[in-house]
Amino acid sequence: MPLKPKRSLRGKAAIVGLGETVYYKHGKSPFGEFELALQAILAACKDAGLDPHEIDGFSGYSDERSDSTRLASALGIHRMRTSLMQWGGGGGGCCAAVANAAAAVSTGMADCVVAFRSLAQGQFGRFGAAGSDSTISGEKSYLMPYGILAPPTRFAMRIRRFMHEHKLEQKALRAVAMASYHHAQANPRALMNGKPLTENQYDESRWIVEPLHLFDCCMENDGAAAVIVVSEERAKKFKQKPAYIMGAATGASHRFGAMAHNSPNYGSADFETLAPDLFNMADLSPSDVGSVQCYENFTGGVVMALAEHGFFKPEEANNFLRLENLIAPNGFLPLNTSGGNLAECYVHGFELIVEATRQIRGTSTSQAKRNDVALVIGGPMVSPTSNLLLGSEEVL
Amino acid sequence: MKNDLTLNLTSNRYLPKGLPIPVPEADGLSEPYWQGLKEGLLKVQRCVKCETWQFAPEWICHRCHEIHPDWVTVRPKGRIYSWERVWHPAHTVIRNYGPYLAVLVELPEAGHVRMIGNLLGDPLQDVVIGQEVVGIFEHHPEELPPYSLLQWRLA
Repeated sequence: MPLKPKRSLRGKAAIVGLGETVYYKHGKSPFGEFELALQAILAACKDAGLDPHEIDGFSGYSDERSDSTRLASALGIHRMRTSLMQWGGGGGGCCAAVANAAAAVSTGMADCVVAFRSLAQGQFGRFGAAGSDSTISGEKSYLMPYGILAPPTRFAMRIRRFMHEHKLEQKALRAVAMASYHHAQANPRALMNGKPLTENQYDESRWIVEPLHLFDCCMENDGAAAVIVVSEERAKKFKQKPAYIMGAATGASHRFGAMAHNSPNYGSADFETLAPDLFNMADLSPSDVGSVQCYENFTGGVVMALAEHGFFKPEEANNFLRLENLIAPNGFLPLNTSGGNLAECYVHGFELIVEATRQIRGTSTSQAKRNDVALVIGGPMVSPTSNLLLGSEEVL
Repeated sequence: MKNDLTLNLTSNRYLPKGLPIPVPEADGLSEPYWQGLKEGLLKVQRCVKCETWQFAPEWICHRCHEIHPDWVTVRPKGRIYSWERVWHPAHTVIRNYGPYLAVLVELPEAGHVRMIGNLLGDPLQDVVIGQEVVGIFEHHPEELPPYSLLQWRLA
């Protein structure tokens, strides 16, 4: 067996509790954002069999608005020992929030950290709409006057470039969308449960921005999700089967976020540096992965991210990305098995962390055949982004 | 090097009035770029020491860390590096407008830096990556504050 790197998170922390609110269409939550956060955190504690007072840290991303100090006061936790925020990158930080929590508990900075995301987009703004500023400077000044106003227009050109370089066909994007919708039909929590998607519906759907149809773009939702992260020594003291953090990576390649679309590696989801770090830390390879939850801000980003994690070469994408390969239980690579951002709920990717944990536990509504290793890939095409490998005790 | 394409724009704006107006940051970093556009000049940063081109601007050369890159006037000539046709209006002022075309243009004469603009002409035209384009300045002296954009048409 190869030597494990000396500095590693491998197996040193585990997810022992998970919680979600009811998921809502955007603006439809009867609860405010902070209350949604509380609901998800309490649900995660209940799932773990943990007294919420024992939480001693919080870990967020994308400028989480449910503030750790207010949470600590509201929950009356005995003491707060860590307060973590992944800096920048929006939904690219969903895996990093878990990794940062794992780093804290495995180094003795804290014992029991909740990583979470909460959002009520009726109360606050939408991710997918332009602001109403009259003047603009910095990155947006090079984009917004030309109608590059919101995430679909900011990312479509990266996808177009990848399609050009690798002769990727629209039907590969369609297969990614179809996989999410397929799995949502088995998941009663999913907002698109009972609303299956056909190839024809995809093809006939309106363009948002070419090459992205409506069904290539994530939903916008209200909801919250949380997980409880503890150190490996404590992992078995809770009610649930632990999902161990096998590896994690965060960051960006050389100047990937260079302004005005000047990334040297442009037609990319930017996992070419993160994916090797992740698999090296975990001492696992793509062939060990039983299921993948990959943040679908846009389906084209998923295609690039999967290629960059080594599941296929870019030029093989058209052949690999067929619905039958992407669905549980028997597909070659079950993808977004809860319905993900497209069809379950867009909790900025945190619902993907919860679903990967379920895959390890064996409790998904679309369980993959192999449930000892589950991969989560955070927001593609953003800087910084992150990824995460979870594993069961058997792969430690 | 005043650009003689200034007057070629048939309508004076590609997208409707009311989108955010670009202004330099409070520290003035991009001021030479926006001022250049108002004068019909495309200015791009180039390191005074190692001659690395850089866009968007920064206070330092990303390659050799020499502070304060120079601003060099370049010809607004480039190639389409990527493109998109936008149908969904993400802002109220374009609610009944569109589709429209946005292009990412690389400038081979300026170290292949890239910039976003709109591709003038039929919004439903076929766009081909690699096509050569030339810049057209879109001036808005009537706006508060006044500003100019750089648009592109097929060469």
